[in-house]
Amino acid sequence: MKVRLLHFASFREAAGRDQEMRELAAGTRVEELWRALGRELPFFARFASVPPAAVNRQYVDPGVVLREGDEVVFLPPVAGG
Amino acid sequence: MYLTSSPIDLASLLLEARPSDGALCLFVGVVRGQNEGRETTAIQYEAYGEMAEEEIGRIARDLAREFPAVRIRMVHRVGSLSVGEASVAIAAVSPHRAEAFAACRAAIDRLKTTVPIWKKELHPDGSSEWVDPTRTAGGRR
Repeated sequence: MKVRLLHFASFREAAGRDQEMRELAAGTRVEELWRALGRELPFFARFASVPPAAVNRQYVDPGVVLREGDEVVFLPPVAGG
Repeated sequence: MYLTSSPIDLASLLLEARPSDGALCLFVGVVRGQNEGRETTAIQYEAYGEMAEEEIGRIARDLAREFPAVRIRMVHRVGSLSVGEASVAIAAVSPHRAEAFAACRAAIDRLKTTVPIWKKELHPDGSSEWVDPTRTAGGRR
């Protein structure tokens, strides 16, 4: 299945792009996608835990199972205001 | 729409008051010229636009339930801002001031906590950094 992964702010700069399509095995969880990113780029492996994540613009727990066509974002620390 | 790439029109927020209102509490966040002891020349705000709109909308609905006498408008700027420009504005209007102050305070505190907006500080020497309120005193209220 495919999901769309969006990158923002410091994560966008580390990834070198603002979005990408990802081919994942059925049943892949949010936290497993995060660990896959860490294996590809040392920047994403530095974090002690999975950062806040959103699927289809809603905050989700890292154990949530991804579905075909999901829009996934890992959020750097937010700093609005 | 809660996000704007144009300068925030503060005067338009003042038009929110109706005859039954006796208080309008306006909070305006402005770009500070220094942070953590370093000089800032500009700030770039970046948002996950669709989610930020939904998240601010959720905050607005929660506040409407918690403060039924108060009407709240929130606007957040995105893009590149100079020192002294308004980055966020919140207007809380109600018959009396106590609930207007309380709702305005709650609105900005929540907006800073959950809305997917990020800011990058630019320094005079050309360097820059993403602000992380969880790591620095920049998250103080």
